[in-house]
Amino acid sequence: MFKLEAIDVNVYYGDKHAIKNVSMAIPRNSVVALIGPSGCGKSTFLRLFNRMNDLIEGIRIEGKVLLDGIDIYSKDIDPVEVRKRVGMVFQKPTPFPKSIFENVAYGLRINNVKNERYIKEQVEKALHQAALWEEVHKDLKKSALALSGGQQQRLCIARALAVEPSVLLMDEPTSALDPISTAKIEQLIGQLKNNYTIVIVTHNMHQAGRVSDKTGFFNMGVLVEYENTKKIFTHPSHRETENYITGRFG
Amino acid sequence: MHNDTLQRNYLYQRIVFLILKVVTIFVVGVLFFVLFYIFSKGIGTVLRGSFWIEIPKDGLSGGGILPAIVGTTLLTLLSILLSSAVGIPAGIFMAEYAPKKSILKVLVDIMTNNLAGIPSIVFGLFGMSLFVIQLNFGDSILAGSLTLAIMVLPVIIRTTEQAVKAVPDELRLASIGMGATKFQTIWRIILPVSFPRIITGIILSIGRVAGETAPILFTVAALYLPQLPRSIFDQVMALPYHLYVLCVSSPDPQKSLPQAFGTALVLLLMVLVLNLIATYIRNQYKRKYKLK
Repeated sequence: MFKLEAIDVNVYYGDKHAIKNVSMAIPRNSVVALIGPSGCGKSTFLRLFNRMNDLIEGIRIEGKVLLDGIDIYSKDIDPVEVRKRVGMVFQKPTPFPKSIFENVAYGLRINNVKNERYIKEQVEKALHQAALWEEVHKDLKKSALALSGGQQQRLCIARALAVEPSVLLMDEPTSALDPISTAKIEQLIGQLKNNYTIVIVTHNMHQAGRVSDKTGFFNMGVLVEYENTKKIFTHPSHRETENYITGRFG
Repeated sequence: MHNDTLQRNYLYQRIVFLILKVVTIFVVGVLFFVLFYIFSKGIGTVLRGSFWIEIPKDGLSGGGILPAIVGTTLLTLLSILLSSAVGIPAGIFMAEYAPKKSILKVLVDIMTNNLAGIPSIVFGLFGMSLFVIQLNFGDSILAGSLTLAIMVLPVIIRTTEQAVKAVPDELRLASIGMGATKFQTIWRIILPVSFPRIITGIILSIGRVAGETAPILFTVAALYLPQLPRSIFDQVMALPYHLYVLCVSSPDPQKSLPQAFGTALVLLLMVLVLNLIATYIRNQYKRKYKLK
């Protein structure tokens, strides 16, 4: 069974047909990169997996999206529960105006976890996983807003990991960061793969090449090609994909 | 030729800046003159310790203004408490829950826009007929505070709404993305972030509430009451009304003029101190979380 599976998905914003009949299966413990020009629908597609699109007024979603074989759009599923299992990291780092510790503990607090020792353990574990512990373990009580951009983004990753989701969605997680921070996060993705299934939207072709096992190329709401990353970057089957990857458009 | 134009433009720019500077200095100067005038006229009275702790004496031309200080303090605190208790949740509802074009939202929008422009004496009349007479609270701290609270309610609702709207959407999405409910997001993220701006609305309201005379005229203010209130159903003296009384209807307005300036200065100081306290809380909070 696949970890995530989209089956014949269509998304409309009002009159705009944003995702056109897309199907995609994502294996467990793999990294899938979604690439394509701006406005191609890759971010919209990413947000189907944790029902973040629900928040947009006038959106209509058709088709099935399976998480561990269960349709997360079926009527008896609470989107809040979906988001607890499918963590998300955004383009801009979004630390909450709280201490570093409370940022990472946030997911546990909203789940009404009261055991402070358990919370402490989870926070420490998540910060280790996000490769941030060494840098912040002396300043856990300080405001998260005092961290650098790259640290803030790793904090957001730690925050998502603390509730132990099984999937991590990343929407251009390094586009606001400097090259060193970017390298750190890419390295992190490689490590997290062992325990999580990761879907990452990126504008950076090299990043897709470096971090992902499979790559999906979107254009104008259509999933043009979805293949092993190696193949897509060396022998793309479609002319469109080749043009985009070699920088001839997009 | 080209150089001439450059020089001319530069000169022109300097003249404009100079004019702006002079106008600004003039405005600030007027403000400082008013403050200085009140200060110099009132400081003698205020420095007399008994002015703070005695009741008015000698046909209002002597003694102190303790009952008015206590009265205005109570009215200000109680009315701010009441209007915040209603206005902050209403502001949050307007910003987060009310659908954009719902009738309720449009009505509250119209209300908050227009109530803010209604002369305060109208609120006084309303407070008298509703709280004093209809609800039978009598002339009382309760009736006066409720009237003042209604007067500043639009300000509190509006500033809260704007404070909540100013919270970046990224934070909302990040919280929702963590599996938080909307209420959890508001309670744990949005309110703490918008808190400093909400305090700003409260600061504005403090100044307004403490200084208004008309809304308390028919609802609570006593001309002369040589004792402190025992419950919220008692009348009190209040600084702005006492000032009015001293200037207009004291037995000998000339003789009570120093008392009037003293009262004005105390009122100014009180508003200043309350504002400073609120600003301090706001800044401490901002510093703690490194908010902008």
